[in-house]
Amino acid sequence: MTVTLVMDGKNIAIEDGKTLLEAARENGIDIPTICFHEATTPNAICRICVVEVEGQRVLQPACIVKAGAGMKVQTRSEKVIRARRTILEMLASTMDLSEAEDIQAMMFDYGASSNRFPDAERRESEVKDDNPMYVRDYSKCLLCWRCVQVCADDAQYTYAINFEGRGYETQIGTFFDKPIPETTCVLCGQCVGVCPTGALKPKREFLLEQGMSPQEISVLNTGRKNRSKVKGQRS
Amino acid sequence: MIKPNRITTTTCPYCGVGCTLELHVKDDFIYKVTSPFDSPVNHGNLCVKGRFGYDFVYHPKRVTTPLVRRYLLEGKPKPEGREQVFAVSTTGNPISNSLISNDWDWVETDWETALNLTADNLVRIYKRDGSDAMAVYCCAKATNEDNYLLQKMFRALFRTNNVDHCTRLCHAGSVVALQQAIGSSAMSNTAGQVMLNDVFIVTGSNTSENHPIIALQMKEAVQKRGAKMIVVDPRRIELVDFAEMWLPLKPGTNVPVFFAMAHVIVKENLVNWDFVNSRTEGFNEYIESLEKFTPEYAEEISGVPAEDIRKAARMYAKAKNAAIYWGMGISQLSHGTASALALIHLAFLTGHVGRDGTGLNPLRGQNNVQGASDMGAMPFHYPGYMRVDNPENRAKWEKAWNIEEGGLSLKLGLTTTEILSHAHEGGVRALYIMGENPMMSEPNLNETREHMKQLEFLVAQDIFINESGAFADVFLPAVPFAEKDGTFSNTDRRVQRVRAAHPPRGESRPDWKIICDLALRIESRLGVATSHWTYSNPEEILREMASVNEDYAGVTYERIEKVGLIYPVPTLDHPGTPTLFTDSFPRGKGKFHQLDYVPVMEEVDDEYPFILTTGRVLEHWHGGTMTRNSALNEAYPEARVEIHPADADIHGIKHNDPVRVKSRRGEVVLRASVTEKTSVGVVFIPFHFAEAAANLLTNDALDPQAKIPEFKACAVQVFPARESDLPNPEVVVQRGRY
Amino acid sequence: MSEIDLAPLKPAIEKFIPLGRSGLLPALHEAQKIYGWLPEPVASEVAKSLRVPLADVHGVIEFYALFYNEPIGRKVIRVCTDPACALKDADGLLASLCKKHDLEPHPAGGHGQTTGDLSLTIEPSPCLGMCELAPAVWTMDNGRWTVGDGETRPRSLVYGSIRELTKNCGNGTTSLKQYGEYKGLQKALTMQPKAVVEEIKSAGLVGRGGAAFPTGIKWEGAANAPGDQKYVICNADESEPGTFKDRILLLDDPHRTIEGMCIAAYAIGARKGYIYVRGEYPYIVPVLENALNEAREAGYLNNFDIEIRVGAGAYICGEETALFESIEGKRGFPRIKPPFPTTHGLFGKPTVINNVETLCNVPLILERGAAEYRKIGTEKSPGPKLFCVSGDVAQPGLYEVPFGVTLRELMDMAGGVAGGRELQSVLFGGAAGAFATSDHLDMKMTFEDLRAAGLPLGSGVVMVFDETRDMRDVLKRLGKFFAHESCGKCYPCQMGTQRQMEILDRIAEGRVEEGDFIRLQDVGWTMTDASICGLGQTAASAVLSAMKLWPELFVEGQTSKV
Repeated sequence: MTVTLVMDGKNIAIEDGKTLLEAARENGIDIPTICFHEATTPNAICRICVVEVEGQRVLQPACIVKAGAGMKVQTRSEKVIRARRTILEMLASTMDLSEAEDIQAMMFDYGASSNRFPDAERRESEVKDDNPMYVRDYSKCLLCWRCVQVCADDAQYTYAINFEGRGYETQIGTFFDKPIPETTCVLCGQCVGVCPTGALKPKREFLLEQGMSPQEISVLNTGRKNRSKVKGQRS
Repeated sequence: MIKPNRITTTTCPYCGVGCTLELHVKDDFIYKVTSPFDSPVNHGNLCVKGRFGYDFVYHPKRVTTPLVRRYLLEGKPKPEGREQVFAVSTTGNPISNSLISNDWDWVETDWETALNLTADNLVRIYKRDGSDAMAVYCCAKATNEDNYLLQKMFRALFRTNNVDHCTRLCHAGSVVALQQAIGSSAMSNTAGQVMLNDVFIVTGSNTSENHPIIALQMKEAVQKRGAKMIVVDPRRIELVDFAEMWLPLKPGTNVPVFFAMAHVIVKENLVNWDFVNSRTEGFNEYIESLEKFTPEYAEEISGVPAEDIRKAARMYAKAKNAAIYWGMGISQLSHGTASALALIHLAFLTGHVGRDGTGLNPLRGQNNVQGASDMGAMPFHYPGYMRVDNPENRAKWEKAWNIEEGGLSLKLGLTTTEILSHAHEGGVRALYIMGENPMMSEPNLNETREHMKQLEFLVAQDIFINESGAFADVFLPAVPFAEKDGTFSNTDRRVQRVRAAHPPRGESRPDWKIICDLALRIESRLGVATSHWTYSNPEEILREMASVNEDYAGVTYERIEKVGLIYPVPTLDHPGTPTLFTDSFPRGKGKFHQLDYVPVMEEVDDEYPFILTTGRVLEHWHGGTMTRNSALNEAYPEARVEIHPADADIHGIKHNDPVRVKSRRGEVVLRASVTEKTSVGVVFIPFHFAEAAANLLTNDALDPQAKIPEFKACAVQVFPARESDLPNPEVVVQRGRY
Repeated sequence: MSEIDLAPLKPAIEKFIPLGRSGLLPALHEAQKIYGWLPEPVASEVAKSLRVPLADVHGVIEFYALFYNEPIGRKVIRVCTDPACALKDADGLLASLCKKHDLEPHPAGGHGQTTGDLSLTIEPSPCLGMCELAPAVWTMDNGRWTVGDGETRPRSLVYGSIRELTKNCGNGTTSLKQYGEYKGLQKALTMQPKAVVEEIKSAGLVGRGGAAFPTGIKWEGAANAPGDQKYVICNADESEPGTFKDRILLLDDPHRTIEGMCIAAYAIGARKGYIYVRGEYPYIVPVLENALNEAREAGYLNNFDIEIRVGAGAYICGEETALFESIEGKRGFPRIKPPFPTTHGLFGKPTVINNVETLCNVPLILERGAAEYRKIGTEKSPGPKLFCVSGDVAQPGLYEVPFGVTLRELMDMAGGVAGGRELQSVLFGGAAGAFATSDHLDMKMTFEDLRAAGLPLGSGVVMVFDETRDMRDVLKRLGKFFAHESCGKCYPCQMGTQRQMEILDRIAEGRVEEGDFIRLQDVGWTMTDASICGLGQTAASAVLSAMKLWPELFVEGQTSKV
């Protein structure tokens, strides 16, 4: 079963049940995504993939909205561009995007300014270095939720992390902010694997960035006592 | 932000799941591991070992220069009294140990010297004492190519079948049972097919810790696909949280429980008669032996309520698609074969085998234990499970290896445990160990130590000097997974690529190259025609093996470049075989066996009132050669004994207290974890920790057919100890979910 | 933490264990009653008992403003600082309370202040639903609540031109005896369920919670949805600033709502219902419990029973799908729609969720018949309507009128602008609404007329501001409200409410930056166009309407008061 719809003026046919995002990608139309990931349940929270669908009051997230017969979709209308640009500008004013290359590219694409909101309060946080395997730098976290999802029902069923606070002050956290080894975490690192911004990072990659040499890193685990303190460590 | 010089796709070196890894390399240093989300086995998910446990590659204690004992180098006679000499400093340099004759010092040398000395001594002993004096431990961590070559070296050059590896210590019971009943010994279906199960039994497997990625799929099958899981295990493992039923049996009482389930299936006429009539034989004799195994009888022995046994039996039998997944808790018993047969019978009775989403699935432990077995790293089989005592099979391999007709031995070789127990004058004199660590993995280590001392010549080919390498005369520095090319075959029978991320460190060399170099030297000393030892790459080795082993006939590196192939792959255009036995079993009809219940060899008594059961933890791997030289050791730094709160209370033991655990064979001191994860009367110790080695305690009683030791049950005492008795008194680290 | 005695906790939460995760909010409420706050071992024990992951329990505690994971005072005084109360000097009240107890005064929207001996916490609060009694104060003292100056429940000021829905309001709680038989239900039971749905449809009843969705269509969807497990939910999470109608309806006439729910349950085939009451209305809970018991005794709840659930300080839970999540024991994140509640609602089952006032219309329709009901109001907006009139009027209170009265008529009923001052503006529909001015005085208050004027009816808020008021201060408070109440799920609202608040803050302080006008518009339209739920989609509604009416407020150099 295929359905046909119009996307950016182009007639396209797609298998019934596929999303607008899939329809776009199969037809060479670029729709940016941030929170969407092939391995996690889509929650349509970043709204960067929104498109304008004729007859709909508000913009529709392409990652979950199914392509329907006869739909008329604009993927780059003025409304869409304003929403995407503003979301990107707000992100840039909120968090450290220095390692989010895809998002930097989107900002260039949408002419988004990184200092559109001059006096904005940023979400800043100290690096949490509390376990042997990975570090957490929530200054780089854009709340895509993927880490929470893979820790729970999208992969690991371990439920070590969830949300702290709400709204703008939301941060990913453990039960009563306990260090990772005191939680149910099994250090699988599924969270690290799906993090798009470098907020979650393998310990050794982090140490290399801190300027340690591979030789220095390699002796770290040869005895617990001679472990050196690393800059920014809070354990 | 670090940009990798390259990203190398390879296969995880830890467990049998066979996850795809992407090694991110910068300046010949792996700083990150990821996994592609479209990987067929693990879908991008990894466990702590796969994702973070690769740093042993760079550990300073890794040996990257050939080492020989001073006496060998200086041409002196072997000093009296072989000792376990760990003479390597934390910086990796050999050092003298003043307490022992300095003739035992390790001395760094070049490859030429080390290989020549090795060849000289092996050939000397072979010429003097013949084939029976020679033995080799192949390695379930090494590649198919490495294993194929090593068994070839001992079979073709030393004409011995004294070839085995650690499969003997894990699934030998399952392998023998499956061979007897079906005629094949691998998993019948892939682990990923758990998604197609309506009901599945997990028994003797702490899957969450030992096959973490399969456990994820089991949990998903339950949570998202409505499958019902029945856990049959003495421990309250993580999967119990997701299970429909948990049958907490006493260790070593599998046979009565599964027989009672069969009893229920027969008595309540839940038998799949079509299947039994068309696909099996021996049913009538079998049900006679079943008669006494009522659920009540099983309850008496195992402690599992009869009603639960009935319910579980009905659930399994009535399911549309049901499967059984099992681990060491079935096989590591002195009746491991019987225990596995009991499971096989359940599948026969219900017809839950031979279709997608069903099956008999012994979860293989090591990354390449399936492959090493496939490669003939076993005393009764050539590659492809071709019996060594069959002259037709012999002829095929003689042709492949350029051996004179009738040159290869028809005599069954010794198994792992037997090799060491035969280490004495007139028995095994020379042993070659590639990557294994019997001084951690054998039962009753005090006994094993005495055997090790009896060896005349011991070669260790490894990356670290482990507890066994410390007895060696020559140490040949090989490379870990990240520095070699080849293939691993996972528990699904999926043959996957292993690729080097960077060149070998120091002077170390890939195992296959070491073996070839050594084999050529041995051949020249023996003055025999060559069996071919010049390969330009590992694929040539695989193709040589596949020219005789039909299961692998269609496997080429090109075909498995992106995604592995599941053997049997009989031809170059065959797509592989995820589900076995769809029409028939290799032996024709499935065979029921008459069985009786034999208790474990050492039951508890007033003096030794606890059952000790052993196993692994998520963060470590077996003897610890890799993981204890990794950041993984920080996550789980010390041995612990799990004891039930009720038992702990009686003995005045609190969480984290030091305790002494003693069996008739040895004792260890370690911290207690007071937890309901274990049951009353049962204590659990993981066997990774040399300083409190569980295998000092275990019983070396063997299954009479499979020769697998009884790791899963022996009798011990537990009592409080002093803090100062602990090997590492200061370490207390908390641990998460498991 | 060893000093915490868990002994009293276990029996208190035992009854929630069979509910599993759905018992989480009730269990946390019980635990907090015992300990005053939720210390880690308590949270951990609740988690283990209900078999909810620890991190999830923490996530839930962190989401709801009325759950505390740090010690707070044994007595907590909350003062509403939202616009209606601000007009009555809520800030001054808060400051004087703080001063009296030697506490640092805190900015509106900030966190509470607690005395060193943990005897007292003083907190600014979002709307407490007592706007007509402004400034609203709600005190919890060792588990006992009072409002205002120590009253056990807020007074009900009920006026208007008709008394249909409010017939029994204004004189304390109406008992079942006073209410009489459930005549609407009795009538319904003589009809086929389908006919009941048809009756509601032909009455033209639309939702009174804010979205104005046709109630009959909703019921029809749930009635036709496959499955035998269906739910009826009364949304009493009345949190829209300026709204207090549901508080009065439930407190004074609980049986009307219960009867409405019973009729809905019969119409769709539900056997279980919930009334989700906002956490700031604790005084409603015993009233409802008592009413439910009366109804049970009278046999009205034989085939359909109702459970009360209490929120915990989250405006977003008034959003229907967030409310489901909350009942299910989760953070109140709105779900993606579709699928809609009629097919995939609470616990994934077909669900009808209606506002209190909507449900109160139902017995009326059944009792009189749709045709008779339609005689009230206008052709396109039939029925009676409640307006919550607050702010600068002579007589704030709840006004019941037929649809179609003009704003001027309503203002006249309320005695006009207080103190004889001139009208500056009226905030229509609540924080998520829009501003009207004197130009709109002769507009008929119907769905169609309001829509034409670009004004939302919302939840019936009519908040009046006289000529002396600085609208920038009003906007600042609305900005704070949304920033505080955004759940944080979708990016436009999560960051947009924060950026909007920051800009409105500086505008209120007279520090307008170059480009703020367009910046505020971009943020506003992005939230409106791209947010997941109604909260985000309307979080800029009032601001955008103000920008149209008073653009001069948003440009540089504007410092003087209006």
